[in-house]
Amino acid sequence: MIGNIIKKEFKELFTLSTLIPIVVIAIVFGFVGQTIGNIGERMEEKPVIGIVDMDDGAFSDIAMAVLIEKAEVIYNGNDAEEGLEEVREENGVALMVIPENFSQNIYANYPGEIEIYWIMKGAGMMDSISSGVVEGLIQAVNQGISSELIQQDSSFDPALVLAPTQRVETTFFKGKEIEGLSSSQLGNILSSQSIVIPVVVMMLIIMAGASVISSMGLEKENKTLETLLTLPVRRSHIVIGKIVGSALVGMIMAAIYMIGFSRYMSSFQISDINLADFGLALGMQDYLLIGISLFTALLAGLSLCIVLGTFAKNYRSAQTLVFPITALAMISMFITMFKDFDTIPAVLRILVFAIPFSHPMMAMRALMLDNYPLVIGGIAYTAVFTVIMIVVAVRIFNSDRLLTGSVQKRAVWGKLGWGLRR
Amino acid sequence: MKAVEVRELVKDYGNLRAINGISFEVNEGEIFGLIGPNGAGKTTALRVIATLLQITSGSVTVFGYEIPKEAGEVRKIISYLPEEAGAYKNLTGKEYLNFIAKFFGEGEKFQNIVQRGLEIGNLGERINDKVDTYSKGMTRRLLVGRALMVNPRLAILDEPTSGLDVVNAQEVRRIINSSVEAGVAVLLSSHNMLEVELLCHRIALINDGRIVASGTATELKKGYDAGNIEEVFVKAIK
Repeated sequence: MIGNIIKKEFKELFTLSTLIPIVVIAIVFGFVGQTIGNIGERMEEKPVIGIVDMDDGAFSDIAMAVLIEKAEVIYNGNDAEEGLEEVREENGVALMVIPENFSQNIYANYPGEIEIYWIMKGAGMMDSISSGVVEGLIQAVNQGISSELIQQDSSFDPALVLAPTQRVETTFFKGKEIEGLSSSQLGNILSSQSIVIPVVVMMLIIMAGASVISSMGLEKENKTLETLLTLPVRRSHIVIGKIVGSALVGMIMAAIYMIGFSRYMSSFQISDINLADFGLALGMQDYLLIGISLFTALLAGLSLCIVLGTFAKNYRSAQTLVFPITALAMISMFITMFKDFDTIPAVLRILVFAIPFSHPMMAMRALMLDNYPLVIGGIAYTAVFTVIMIVVAVRIFNSDRLLTGSVQKRAVWGKLGWGLRR
Repeated sequence: MKAVEVRELVKDYGNLRAINGISFEVNEGEIFGLIGPNGAGKTTALRVIATLLQITSGSVTVFGYEIPKEAGEVRKIISYLPEEAGAYKNLTGKEYLNFIAKFFGEGEKFQNIVQRGLEIGNLGERINDKVDTYSKGMTRRLLVGRALMVNPRLAILDEPTSGLDVVNAQEVRRIINSSVEAGVAVLLSSHNMLEVELLCHRIALINDGRIVASGTATELKKGYDAGNIEEVFVKAIK
């Protein structure tokens, strides 16, 4: 008996419509993972660096030996400008300059200064792996020098033995020269600044999207759709009304969620760096662009949801249809969190750009670095996407699909303009 | 002017022909009944006239407005009550009537429409309760009120008394009759032959997407030498 019930439940739940979204998402996630690459492998890779030794003393020799052993040195000379150019061309991580008097300072019980010029390519979590490996190299240099200091003489200041070098850092990132920050520090700042927005956008899309798809499912389940469609109101007004109504519900729900989430995030806030000091602060027009980007992405998401909602047979099937939207929002969120738009492979870049929700997720970071074309291009694309989806939705509303589940081609793709007028 | 003119209407769902070239007219101020068994094509015909479905071939006009070309104009003068229709469960009955009335008028006109809906629905204090708490009969009365409160020139009623008990069904029939006295044309479908005989001025018998007979109840009974419409139907489809 119980077997009979299990069999019935399985047959009812395990349908093609529930299976396809899962399979598609599994394939997409697998593809994304493979394309982004393996963190472990990248941690083991030797970082590509350039070295300029202007000291040529005992301790700089130790530093050089460590760096040459543990890194792939593509420039080893005396000209910092030339070295920087070489590192840039070879897609390296940093140029390390050991200035004159490095060894002499250490002998005089002062930390030796190492100038590090970071070439930062992206601000995603995965983009900082190489710089993390270089940070490890510097630790190895310190250990080598400490070991030498201990062996040579016990009169060195213990503080110097523990930290024999100090860094002077400059980071080059997307045309900006930021002094006093390493690429890791800058990456952390940008990541923490841009982690909240992807989560807000994701929650907003999922909650508002679920509202609009469920609304379609409920209209069918409660048998109210037919009445609605015979009222003297344009189909486009019904579609827009549903989108705006759901956007309001979604925004209220996302706001409630974000109150809790922002409290949670603030407990991790450790950086007291003022972004304005480094030319990374956002102005009023930047915030306006972020707002527009968020609004257009929300409309795009909801217009896509309403098209999906037309496939809902009832409230339950509507819940299944939310899944593709959730997956798209999560793909956007994870990719924009872990990788910078400029450092992901071209195929993923197209995918990320094509998903409308990605644009507000990337907007804040892009605007910090004055990448206006990406943000404005994203807004334009999202607006066009929204209009196309609304036109498709209105055409479906004018067809038999909503009531019968099938479409007469002539009705949907018939005379241009007729659909929106009605 | 004819309230409805249907000429050689064909409606296909993919390979399935649901309506196969039917023609009929509904006059102003009359109740016209489409009767037939389940799956005969009654609901499809009503949905086409209510501008919900596309026409495969043939023509349909409502008070001279052509469907689908002038569907927007048609929607201003019709009211459609689907079979097994529902109302928004999170709204009260009053809120539901308000929602619908706003599409048809503002100010005093809006108030009059709602007042008429309240009178037709006759749900008393329960009109302020959520629709979710209504019985099937109460929901149907609310929906009949909704359909007729807007003073449509044509009311399209699909199985208006479906699922109702005798008392509620009789009340709904009374409401339909009084609307016709006020000038509304009614096109209704039913598989309840007795109800149609009682209510309709003229009748069309539909089977397998075709109209097999039409006329007044008296004409049909006389023509088929039958005691009631049910007998007429059985003889007509033989």
